[in-house]
Amino acid sequence: MKGYYSRKLHSLLGVIPLGAFLLSHMISNFQAFEGGKEGFKGAVNLLNSLPLIFFLELFLIWLPLMYHGIYGLYIAYQAKNNIGNYNYERNIRFTVQRITGVITFVFVIWHMYDTRFQIMIGKITHDDLGAVMHDIVSNPVLFVLYIIGVVSATFHFANGLWAFLVSWGITVGPRAQRVSTYICMGLFVFMSVLFILAMTGFRNSEFQAAQAAIDVVKTVLA
Amino acid sequence: MAQTAAASKTVKFIITRQDNPESKAYTEEFEVPYRPGMNVISALMEIQRNPKNAQGQTTSPVCWDSNCLEEVCGACSMVINGKPRQACAALIDKLEQPIRIQPMKTFPVVRDLVIDRSRMFSALKRVKAWIPIDGTYDLGPGPRMAEKKRQWAYELSKCMTCGVCLEACPNVNEKTDFIGPAAISQVRLFNAHPTGELNKEERLEALMQDGGIEGCGNSQNCVRSCPKGIPLTTSIAEMNKETTKHLFKRWLSV
Ligand code: SF4
Ligand code: FES
Repeated sequence: MKGYYSRKLHSLLGVIPLGAFLLSHMISNFQAFEGGKEGFKGAVNLLNSLPLIFFLELFLIWLPLMYHGIYGLYIAYQAKNNIGNYNYERNIRFTVQRITGVITFVFVIWHMYDTRFQIMIGKITHDDLGAVMHDIVSNPVLFVLYIIGVVSATFHFANGLWAFLVSWGITVGPRAQRVSTYICMGLFVFMSVLFILAMTGFRNSEFQAAQAAIDVVKTVLA
Repeated sequence: MAQTAAASKTVKFIITRQDNPESKAYTEEFEVPYRPGMNVISALMEIQRNPKNAQGQTTSPVCWDSNCLEEVCGACSMVINGKPRQACAALIDKLEQPIRIQPMKTFPVVRDLVIDRSRMFSALKRVKAWIPIDGTYDLGPGPRMAEKKRQWAYELSKCMTCGVCLEACPNVNEKTDFIGPAAISQVRLFNAHPTGELNKEERLEALMQDGGIEGCGNSQNCVRSCPKGIPLTTSIAEMNKETTKHLFKRWLSV
């Protein structure tokens, strides 16, 4: 595909559907903090009760994620980052966008292996997800790694939204771009806080699985 | 520090040199007698007059490019203390010493500080950065440009193809074929002209070819580096808008 179209598609997919998915993911996870175990279960069930869930997942998550991730790695590889000589705020965000993109790529694969993949191979069910998350975030090292992954993902999305607005010609002048910086960086902070709260929610012992389930989870994580 | 500078009255340089396009780069140090008001070009002229390096050995004089000596031709761009800029406008008094000078390596190095900026001129050709008025008969005077438009278009017309914005851009390098900010801004200039506007689509389509506007990753180093203060990122965003519009127009209009 011609560069212009492939790059435009990359930018579009990052916001719709991937960004939108990240937001919905944040809201359903936040249920773990707000509504506890039952709240989270309800949110998971709600999502899984959507009609044609297989196709929704395929076309709104899997394919866009693969395209955006792989093409994004190529974009990151192409840049000759130069914050040493040009340590301007915008240039730093340019480099951080590429770094967080790579971190998010790795994190998403890891996170999907722990959760969605285990469901796919039948080791756990959707009801066990809370317990899986509880076990992960109760481990201090994994908890920190998860925070890094989540904060990278939210930054990559919020800053990517800023760049989306520029590359589709929505924010043109310096003032519009400045205002959009405030909004997008505000969004980044807001989303990070909500995600981290959700993760602390998962640390709550009510997510602890019954002994039998713990064994399943342990073998999964081992 | 001030004392030694006053006592010896010399200016120290560390210059990255290269004998020919294929050979390896190396650095050489120079010490040039200080004169009030001197700039990097006059220091290079001094080295040319007396080609001795800091160790006192005779060496080949350093090659560089320059023409106007007043920051309007863009020929003397080089990297001075880490930043690309015009050597003729780089006053020694305002530079930290030792002054490090390198060629703008984004471009092929011809010799020492001389670089080949041809890629910028081919980019201008690619985007048709001119106004076609040639014909078989006199078409008479063209339409006038609104004064308000003329004012911002004039700012864009100050571009001297110096290459500083390409050097500063992290996305202009061997791994990409991005044409760089300058040519994109020129599309905006020529599309703003009442006669140039007639060929607007051709220029937009040139920007939508491989290596065109999609290469921009919005680091915005260009706008911070341009010696002419050209609002490059506004031009790029404006062209993003125009190419997006053009894209949909093309899809919808069979
Ligand atoms: S836009 Fe500015 S930095 Fe770029 S080539 Fe023109 S004058 Fe030089
Ligand atoms: S010699 Fe023309 S810009 Fe320096």
